[in-house]
Amino acid sequence: MPDPLRSVAFEGVGKSYARGVRAVDDVSLTIAGGSFVALVGTSGSGKSTLLKMINRLVAPSEGRVTIDDVPVDAEPAHLLRRRIGYVFQNVGLFPHLSVGENVAVGLRLAGLRDRDARVAELLHLVDLPQDMAARMPDALSGGQRQRVGVARALATAPKLLLMDEPFGALDPVTRDALGKAIRTLHDSMGLTTVLVTHDMAEALLLADRILVMEAGRLVGDATPRTLLAGKGGAAADALVAVPREQAERLAALAR
Amino acid sequence: MSAAFARVPELLAQHLLLAFAALLLGIAISLPLAVVSARHRGVARVTLGLASLIQTIPSLALLALFYPLLLSLSALVGGGIPALGFLPSLLALTLYALLPILRNAVTGLVTLDPAVREAADGVGMTRWQKLRLVEAPLVAPVVMAGIRTAAVWTIGAATLSTTVGQPSLGDLIFAGLQTQNWTLVLVGCLAAAALALAVDALLGLAEWGIARRRLGVVWLSLGLLAIGALAALAPAWPAPRGTVTIGAKGFSEQYILARVIGARLEAAGYRVRYREGLGSGVAYGALASNAIDVYVDYSGTIWTNQMRRTDVPGRAAIVRGVAAWAKRTSNVTLLGTLGFENAYAFVMRGDDARRRGIATIADLAQVSPSLKLATDIEFLERSEWKAVQAAYGLRFAEAHPYQPTFMYRALTSGAADVIPAFSSDGRIAAQGLAVLQDPKGAIPGYDAILLVAPSRAGDHHFQAALRPLIGAISVERMRQANYMVDRDTDKQSPDAAARWLAAHLGN
Repeated sequence: MPDPLRSVAFEGVGKSYARGVRAVDDVSLTIAGGSFVALVGTSGSGKSTLLKMINRLVAPSEGRVTIDDVPVDAEPAHLLRRRIGYVFQNVGLFPHLSVGENVAVGLRLAGLRDRDARVAELLHLVDLPQDMAARMPDALSGGQRQRVGVARALATAPKLLLMDEPFGALDPVTRDALGKAIRTLHDSMGLTTVLVTHDMAEALLLADRILVMEAGRLVGDATPRTLLAGKGGAAADALVAVPREQAERLAALAR
Repeated sequence: MSAAFARVPELLAQHLLLAFAALLLGIAISLPLAVVSARHRGVARVTLGLASLIQTIPSLALLALFYPLLLSLSALVGGGIPALGFLPSLLALTLYALLPILRNAVTGLVTLDPAVREAADGVGMTRWQKLRLVEAPLVAPVVMAGIRTAAVWTIGAATLSTTVGQPSLGDLIFAGLQTQNWTLVLVGCLAAAALALAVDALLGLAEWGIARRRLGVVWLSLGLLAIGALAALAPAWPAPRGTVTIGAKGFSEQYILARVIGARLEAAGYRVRYREGLGSGVAYGALASNAIDVYVDYSGTIWTNQMRRTDVPGRAAIVRGVAAWAKRTSNVTLLGTLGFENAYAFVMRGDDARRRGIATIADLAQVSPSLKLATDIEFLERSEWKAVQAAYGLRFAEAHPYQPTFMYRALTSGAADVIPAFSSDGRIAAQGLAVLQDPKGAIPGYDAILLVAPSRAGDHHFQAALRPLIGAISVERMRQANYMVDRDTDKQSPDAAARWLAAHLGN
């Protein structure tokens, strides 16, 4: 039974850029509240553009995007964004603010005065030590930075979390650990999570539902189990083939 | 000498105020401009282009350009806009301060990490919050560096505001340059340099504080700057009633006469301040617009430059003509002649003139194509020069303009053969120079005349204090006083020469 809260719907959404480039082409789709959806595709397939239409970092050329049946452009963009967690590859920690201040920035925008307790809670949530709050971002490792980015995105307790290649710049070990942490947070906080990634293995291991994009169009929509069974369509099969073959080769080596 | 040094605190305060005002105005204009420019590339091209263009104009020319600009603007709105003094200096220096601040701020904003901007949008900041919480603090160190550059430039260029009648440390430099008082030049330069270094150091401290997030340090340094500005403001409160401003052009005789006038007015109970080193063209305009109350000019200068007359009647007729014209066109009162003439006179080394058998300008014209002419800065542009050329057909092998002091050096050292000297100059007799006669009367009379501003036209107390100077200074006395200041050994200050001259008035 899908949670009715924080469902996201695209209705005939497209995005054209100057010089006639179609980044997104006629996408219609509903993301149920409480689900963990991965948007997978090669570079330039339009997956990031589609994601950013949800928090209006990109405006669609046609069609409309709704959250819980309310169009996203029904209110000023900054008010919408304050209710949506957003994590992206380059993290974008504010270099002039301490880790604690970075985590608390959403609370500051909301006008909350006593933010320290919440910051401590959030650092705990993303497995960072408490004394890190006083550090500056440039003293952190890549993985620590992205954990701070996640804590910042979750500070205002949003029900919807958007992630754009959040683990793209991390080493495989950190990547795996952070992925598991995100899935745990998703389950414990009852989030609706949309994860953009080009890594099909990551998508298969984390998501409940995988959307495959190619040249701006939605070409696959299935659960991980269905995809692995080869029933997700040609484009999806091509993407699944890579991790599957790697896994087989690793298994062969171990024998 | 000590009297000159006594002006340092006052000039330092004026200098600081002017530079600060220009810097603050520059910041107030360039920061919003930078925000808009960083968002629109087209706007950036225009603003940065204009700011760079302004920077290519020599600062002295920029200052000078504001004089006619403000004058015509004032005429357009029916008067009331001062074309001299603080306003043109402020505007020119403000324009000068724009580029470094604008360029650094725009560069800082456009090179800001795009991820940081995306994060600011992502967490739901409004445009204003993004500017205030993210962009401003991140570009602040770069902007601060631009402000420091602008501060140093502004403080340096402010020395030139002397030429448009705004007191600054440049007063010392220009006066010292004129009277060959190198101590005075050095004091002016060192004071300006020390001021620039001090302000730069404090701003540097603020920059360091911003970069290290040490707000206490930032407030401390900015607080010290504010205290400095407030201290400078104290003597600049509106001058009390009865304050008189005496103008002087940039040569020794003018400095001396300004002091003679000042001493009389002080004795009559006025508070006196000086605007020295005014350009020849600027001085009359300053008087007509009441920026200065009184100064000494020369009848022939007004006759040819302001009235644009080319005919040359007798000395008395010129004085009468100038008096009537000044009263009619700008309500300036010609109080009278001081009693001596300071005409342009062609002068050669005495032995050289005798050897060549030259006694008149007509004789000179016979051999001038093989001779070299050294002039003061403005002579070659003046109508007197054109009149002499037309009357005698004078042509020289070379003609170079110098500061008046160096013009004499050029003659005595042989670098030049002829100079247009001033007939009241003490160096003519002292250095055995030969004055060439003007048989065709091509050069008009240059009686020293006391001119009084329109605002003092009905001030009888004021005029009565000055009237004893009328006809009281002979050319011999003036030459002696000038020579006290201009000679190379046992130099006197203009104040000392003025005291001597006041004690030797001819009536």
